[in-house]
Amino acid sequence: MTTTPGSTGSAMPREDMGTGDPGAVAPPLLQLRGISKNFGAVEALKRVDLDVPRGVVTALIGDNGAGKSTLIKAIAGIYPPSSGEIYWEGERVSLHSPRAAEALGIATVYQDLALCDNLDIVQNMYLGHEATKHLTLDEITMELETRRVLNELSVSTVRSVRQLVGSLSGGQRQAVAVARAVMHESKLVIMDEPTAALGVSQTAQVLELITQLASRGIAVLVISHNLNDVFAVADRIAVMYLGTLVESGPISQYDTTRAVELITTGGGLRTNTDGSTR
Amino acid sequence: MTVSDDVMVDHDGGASSPRGVVTALWTKVRRGEATLLPILLGLAVLVIYFQIRNSVFLSAGNLTNLFVQATIFILLAMAETWLLLLGEIDLSVGYVAALGATTAVILLDAQFHWPWYLAILLAIAVTTAIGVLQGLIIIKLRLPSFIVTLAGLLGWEGVLIFFVDRQGTGGTIPVQEKVLYDLVNGNLSPLATWIFTAASLMIFSWSILRKDQSRRASGLEAVPTAVTILKVAALVVAGIILVLIFNTNRGTFTVLHGMPYAIPVDFVMLTGGGFILTRTKAGRYIYAIGGNPEAARRAGVAVDRYRLLAFTLTGVTAGVAGLIYASRLGGISDGVDGGNLVLLAVASAVIGGTSLFGGRGKIIHAVIGGMVIATIYNGMALINMSAATQFIATALVLLVAVTMDSVARRSTATR
Repeated sequence: MTTTPGSTGSAMPREDMGTGDPGAVAPPLLQLRGISKNFGAVEALKRVDLDVPRGVVTALIGDNGAGKSTLIKAIAGIYPPSSGEIYWEGERVSLHSPRAAEALGIATVYQDLALCDNLDIVQNMYLGHEATKHLTLDEITMELETRRVLNELSVSTVRSVRQLVGSLSGGQRQAVAVARAVMHESKLVIMDEPTAALGVSQTAQVLELITQLASRGIAVLVISHNLNDVFAVADRIAVMYLGTLVESGPISQYDTTRAVELITTGGGLRTNTDGSTR
Repeated sequence: MTVSDDVMVDHDGGASSPRGVVTALWTKVRRGEATLLPILLGLAVLVIYFQIRNSVFLSAGNLTNLFVQATIFILLAMAETWLLLLGEIDLSVGYVAALGATTAVILLDAQFHWPWYLAILLAIAVTTAIGVLQGLIIIKLRLPSFIVTLAGLLGWEGVLIFFVDRQGTGGTIPVQEKVLYDLVNGNLSPLATWIFTAASLMIFSWSILRKDQSRRASGLEAVPTAVTILKVAALVVAGIILVLIFNTNRGTFTVLHGMPYAIPVDFVMLTGGGFILTRTKAGRYIYAIGGNPEAARRAGVAVDRYRLLAFTLTGVTAGVAGLIYASRLGGISDGVDGGNLVLLAVASAVIGGTSLFGGRGKIIHAVIGGMVIATIYNGMALINMSAATQFIATALVLLVAVTMDSVARRSTATR
């Protein structure tokens, strides 16, 4: 898979990803510092630090109730954090609404995908962002662009871009939802359990798609329960346990046993193997 | 700008040869994407049956009458379509239409003597305002449209009776003004009928051909030219047949020919509604909200604004329907059965192929469905079937249509 022309930025070499060191060339795309979120008396997130670098797949893992969903919703602007700081391309930002997150280039693909089954692929891809010409819909531009993006992402299984989304397979639907994020020039794509409802071959397709995104220089943050998928696709791993981020670092420093241990017990200690955050 | 076709093969599932078109069409029918075809076949069966039973059925006079009869069902079904697409319903639309008509009729009679255009404008303004009011209640208070418009069904009947009886004309106000009366009872001249039909055909053919042409020019798969030409030819033939029907003398004592004004009214509403639904963002959002309101909201669509727009359009369309209704009856009475009207309107839309569950349907479905209902009523009257049989037959057609809708919905949902 070659880097596609027209994509912004390039894939970073793996060695220097995600370091918050003062000597690093550019700061990671997204940096979370001390993010907490309270729902009444419940502390859903406790001082979470996390770096999400460009061109890299970061997997967010943890047991049910560990705070993964709350964390991505904080990044997506749905649950603005109670305290803490968020830096985007090194600048401090406030993600107070989904619109604000979207404006920065953060796209979230939720588990339910938020697609309209009664609309075709083109219509779904452009929903809310339709191209118009003389105040009427410019179907041709939208169709060409949809085909271009799907081709670039090597989504080759759909019969026609004018097919209703309701008639697509789970993997194809996931692809449409991701392609929509890519089309809007997103810099960070967050995916919530992208493979949860899929069969073996469709899972493979989606994992391939995730790799494609990273190779285009897009930062990808994936929530997954499936450690096989995580180890197949992720470059970095971040483990959550009871609202805290217990560890994060390059995937090479982990194996399944260690990951399971961290997920189930929190590992007892809070360290980051690459020492990136404190 | 050509996109290589190795990945995305085609536009309509192999529709690049005439044979492929047939296959693609069949696939669409099975998936419930082409709802028009089965219902047109059903309509043809009805027509053949009635013609065999009574040869008057296909006479020019009866067909013209049938088209005029269908107009009220068609327009009310169009009004309903805007809300059905959202998965909402308006049970009050029959009385709202009648109330609009009452406004026009009162303003046009001897007492007020308004110019016809102002009276008609105000009538439509009244129904539009009612649509907006009901929409606001439903959206702002988050109430089910079924209940709010059920209240409307009762309430607006009360208002209707109040205004009609207040005129002191014995529960009926006749239409005395010529323009409103002629809306249904007047005809275009035969020449004007030709001109109107030719102009409509040209606009339609031009837009079909242009769409094909621009798709081809952009390197997108388009239906084969032969098929497009066939489509246009079929339209032209249908248009010519219509003109010949309308232009045949159907009077017994005097010469009576030409297209009733009601037909161009239908046509304008059809074209306008179709344009909004297929060519504008508003139309796209109405479908999206009907399909998955949460997805639309997350995509940044101002969901409530477009829901209100649909209620507004229902009001506008109901206003036009009311005028046609008053014109056809030659007046408005306090005994208007708005309840029955709305049920037939919903039946027409659903028979035509618009889904009760939201997100699926077209304005043209209202036309086809309205024609089916009118055909049943017209044909059964011709063969002297009892009112009992008419109701039961309509019920059966409706049941079949709803079943088809539901089956289509389930087959699309499988993945």
